[in-house]
Amino acid sequence: MTVSPSLSLAQRLRLWVSRPAGPPAKAVQFDRALTPWAFLVPQLAIVVIFFYWPSAQAVTSSFYLEDPFGFGATFVGLDNYADLSRSNEYRQIAGFTAFFSAVVTALALGLGLLLAVKADKVIRAAGPYKTALISVYAIAPPVAALIGMMLFDLHIGPATQFAALFGYDLRVGIDYWDTAFALIVISVWKQVPYNFIFFLSGLQSVPVSVREAALIDARSGWRRFVDVTLPLLAPTAFFLLIINVTYALFDTFGIIDVIVKDKPANNPMTLVYKVYLDGFKGNDIGGSSAQSVVLMVLVAVLTVVQFRLLERRVHYG
Amino acid sequence: MIKSASLFVLALGTTALPALAQTEITWWHGMGGRNGEVINEISQMFNEAQSACHLTPLSKGTYEEALASGIAAFRSGEQPNILQVFDAGAATIMAAKGATIPAEELIQGAGKPFSREDFIPGVRNFYADSTGKFVGMPFNSSAPIMYVNTEALAKAGVEMPTTWEEFEAAAPKLAAAGYLPLTASQLTWQFVENFKSRNNQQFATNNNGYDAVQGTEIIVNDTNTVMMFDKLKDWADKGWYGFYGAGWSDNQKPFEEGKVAFWIGSSGSFGGLSKTATMPFSAGFLPYWASLGQGTQSFIGGAALFAMAGKPDDQNGCTAEFFSFLTSPETQVYWHENTGYVPVTTAAYELAKSQGWYEKTPVAEVGIQQLMLPGGEWTKGYRMGFFPQIRSIEEREFNRIFSGEVAPKDALDIIQKEADELLAKFAKTAG
Repeated sequence: MTVSPSLSLAQRLRLWVSRPAGPPAKAVQFDRALTPWAFLVPQLAIVVIFFYWPSAQAVTSSFYLEDPFGFGATFVGLDNYADLSRSNEYRQIAGFTAFFSAVVTALALGLGLLLAVKADKVIRAAGPYKTALISVYAIAPPVAALIGMMLFDLHIGPATQFAALFGYDLRVGIDYWDTAFALIVISVWKQVPYNFIFFLSGLQSVPVSVREAALIDARSGWRRFVDVTLPLLAPTAFFLLIINVTYALFDTFGIIDVIVKDKPANNPMTLVYKVYLDGFKGNDIGGSSAQSVVLMVLVAVLTVVQFRLLERRVHYG
Repeated sequence: MIKSASLFVLALGTTALPALAQTEITWWHGMGGRNGEVINEISQMFNEAQSACHLTPLSKGTYEEALASGIAAFRSGEQPNILQVFDAGAATIMAAKGATIPAEELIQGAGKPFSREDFIPGVRNFYADSTGKFVGMPFNSSAPIMYVNTEALAKAGVEMPTTWEEFEAAAPKLAAAGYLPLTASQLTWQFVENFKSRNNQQFATNNNGYDAVQGTEIIVNDTNTVMMFDKLKDWADKGWYGFYGAGWSDNQKPFEEGKVAFWIGSSGSFGGLSKTATMPFSAGFLPYWASLGQGTQSFIGGAALFAMAGKPDDQNGCTAEFFSFLTSPETQVYWHENTGYVPVTTAAYELAKSQGWYEKTPVAEVGIQQLMLPGGEWTKGYRMGFFPQIRSIEEREFNRIFSGEVAPKDALDIIQKEADELLAKFAKTAG
């Protein structure tokens, strides 16, 4: 690329940014065989220390029954796992976790996409509009839950009073499904802005020429959306699907902790919260290790399924 | 060689110097808000009262978090000198024999006077082993008591009930006067554990769990406990009792707003309640069943301090020094008057009395009086492992009772079964 010396700095920059992609850079060669390892060590050390080592510890202690203070551990084989498989409560929590993750993911993705499609069409005051939608993302999960808790307060919550207008006695914290409803509303509300950002930037990267061509082919906005926009958004949607499932499974911990106020009683909770409850509050190290191993396996299976089955259908343009 | 030897001496000198000046000890606790501030004030008072030791208190969040942090720290050899452990966690730390130094041994070992008889009867056994030796040092102690909306009583023309039978007679009048007769903030503590103590009922096999960890089973699906929960459910159905979940403050709030006649709270609640209540209130003992007995003393609630093992002698000496300081009548009264927790020694109670504290605030005396009621065979306490988890199971089932999903008897059967499984598991870990 030759640049004429008469161009201004701004013009040069613009040219540089919009320069065509050249052939891929040649693979870097190191003089000594050890050099690349030296570069890798910090990263590997972090992964080993903060991931593999604790994971290995969890697997080991799931086969033991241990007193909390660490004076003695008895090898019990698969007893901890057997206890889990027999526990009705654990099965119920697993069921709720699956339901909760599916609903939260579907609603958060759906609403995020809907808002993004609508915001994409806004021309006047688009900036403030988008900022308003995105700003919720800056709220930490426990804070979101605190706001939710005020909304759903048994005595003075506006949501409770609103439900009462329709003759419904909303009892978050007492009634299982009322609490589930509150958890889902707060979790979805917290995650929609994240999906919104990605969908919006995905939509804006759909080339204008493609949109115009589609406009000629189909008059119906819905058809254009389904046939042209959606397939082009697939890579974004796939990425968000994984992020959202992970969010629903793990990051909703803070929300659940605040909503159940330290006392889960008969309220719904996810598998991660149960691990915390038994391990940290109940001091049952073996049992909660077994639960976290189950969770690890679950996530591994989920990841494989997502990448093997779903990614094949995704077309990266 | 000479160089390294002199370096060694130098290193020894620099590390030993601060220790010579003052011995540092740490205290991890699970209190926040005003109570946490009073802990800091008491530590300050201790540091100013003598010069050999310096105590640093550190809040670790809630009771459960303090216990979890203490355990994690012990496993990595970083334990504090003093750990505050709450009533439900007592069995866990006391079953771990090498984790603590019994408070009684520690204090006597440091050459300080110690007498079990100095403590009020209700606190003597809860944190002691089966021979009566103090393992934990009773610190912040509370009792479940009944707060009373005096306006409601006057309007309905009823007296404060002392038994549940009297409550049943008063409830229709209170309901007719437009009040919800009863709420309670922690059913596990107030209607299971202290239903047992107030009515002198056995709570677990093996002498309430004191005699052995192996084979201890809880007793919660017996006729009398089932009767208590049948009654509660019946009262809820009649509009005499309002259940607002397992959270403490959700059940306290309607009382503060003046809508409820009786609220079962803690003796430690009155400081906060004086600020938030919108109506005049008074307090009385947690009611008992006249059909079951005369009403015995309640279990001590709250928490105790444990001296952690594995610390050098000079630090243990400071811990003993602090424990003695803590039980002095002056410190106890300061704690009592600023937090609402009961004083743990008779001398402190007498001092508060002589200062006229109870003439000013009669409610402050209810908790300690309830703990000084005559005891019975089953009122000294209970010792069950994994008890925080057992409470969680109870909370789950109580929610189900009051949302109509399960009958009280069936719920208590489930609690019995799951709690026994946990106790069996605990016996294995401790064995």
